[in-house]
Amino acid sequence: MAKKNESLGKTLFVVIALCLVCAIIVSGAAVGLKPIQQKNAALDMQRNVLDAAGLLEPSTDVVAVFNDRVNTKLINLNSLELVEQANGQNATNYDPIAAANKPEWSTKLQKSEDTAGIGTREDVTKVYFINNEQGELETLVLYIRGYGLWGTMYGLISLQPDLNTVRSVNFYEHSETPGLGGEIQNPKWVAQWSGKEIYGDSNEQVEFDVMKNPTQENHDVDALSGATLTSNGVDNLVEYWFSDKAYGPLLEKIRKGELSNG
Amino acid sequence: MASSAKEMKEVLFGPIFANNPIALQILGICSALAVTSKMENTVVMCIALTLVTAFSNLFISLIRNHIPSSVRIIVQMTIIASLVIVVDQVLRAYAYSIAKELSVFVGLIITNCIVMGRAEAFAMKSSPGLSFLDGIGNGLGYSVVLLFVGFIRELFGSGSLFGYQILSLASEGGWYQPVGLLILPPSAFFIIGGFIWILRTFRPEQVEPKD
Repeated sequence: MAKKNESLGKTLFVVIALCLVCAIIVSGAAVGLKPIQQKNAALDMQRNVLDAAGLLEPSTDVVAVFNDRVNTKLINLNSLELVEQANGQNATNYDPIAAANKPEWSTKLQKSEDTAGIGTREDVTKVYFINNEQGELETLVLYIRGYGLWGTMYGLISLQPDLNTVRSVNFYEHSETPGLGGEIQNPKWVAQWSGKEIYGDSNEQVEFDVMKNPTQENHDVDALSGATLTSNGVDNLVEYWFSDKAYGPLLEKIRKGELSNG
Repeated sequence: MASSAKEMKEVLFGPIFANNPIALQILGICSALAVTSKMENTVVMCIALTLVTAFSNLFISLIRNHIPSSVRIIVQMTIIASLVIVVDQVLRAYAYSIAKELSVFVGLIITNCIVMGRAEAFAMKSSPGLSFLDGIGNGLGYSVVLLFVGFIRELFGSGSLFGYQILSLASEGGWYQPVGLLILPPSAFFIIGGFIWILRTFRPEQVEPKD
């Protein structure tokens, strides 16, 4: 028996048969479970958006609230126009972070302007408009991201109708040190963001800072102790995303009422 | 199958304390460090590893008489890797938030020394039934250590168990100042060391003879 096993023919047969069986099992599992996985990923993102908008309670029916309240739009950051599709996907399926990795759907940033350390910025972003019962804009949720200490921190920030005052923020994915930089997810620290104004009086200069011993009560958030580099990263990414190179002109346009939120 | 009940019992329960894969054979330490900061993740990892070990043992044992010895490690790896991918896919479908935190480490089960070790040392020589039990037993042995480490790390590192706050944290107005070290992976080294110390105090036969 042992001798027969060692022949070339048998070896090839066993290896090929095994590979076939394993390939069928693996691809079967991958294909069969894909719909559920995609649903989970979409649900997770919807949960993140509601969390950033301050609409997430433990009992919230995420899908129902999201469909009822949230209006997802794609906006080209260069032309400041609404678009129907980007990267071949509609507003529901489009992923701005995936688009940022594709040269044809993103803009490469100069070192000097890339304060957030992201390298490329997507041309088309996804914006979540959340309206109140009268149909007026209540919350605007935007994607933000930037480099922290160990890796890119991905977050969503929500603004009040003046598009200046922060409602909340949610860093849903990061790789900062647990217990130190990882505290950017701590609800206590996040609560500090509520009510802070990003811009100064004329809505031009980003006044928001994450710093030790905040100097401006209405603009600054206290840095995380023991996580200076993470705090700097958050400070830089807000600086970048709200500058005139990213969301600045867009917010200005929405503020003037030129982009309808319907 | 000629295996007696006593033999089966030994194969199943032996690895828990008498021949623990982590504490005695010092295998599979890597994932023990990485996934034990939260009990929830720990439990999922234990179940995943136990299932993979059991079924890889079973399948390898089933075809053991047909595996050419020149490619046996590759054959074992292929079976283990396939099982791990299936487990990973199932986790992503049914436990998305846990899968997101565990994903890399579930993938690393492929190279977990316990799975490979049992396939090579036991399943290649034993009947399918016994091999399956051996896989479950070693999975349990791994789980005992991981749950012990996870319990200490989450309770004293975050003041909670399975996400429920047990000790009120100083940062939230309570009295307990969490031990920051315990959240970081190296702390598992100390706890595993402590576990081995306790185990060998009760089972002095596991202490290695002095050189």
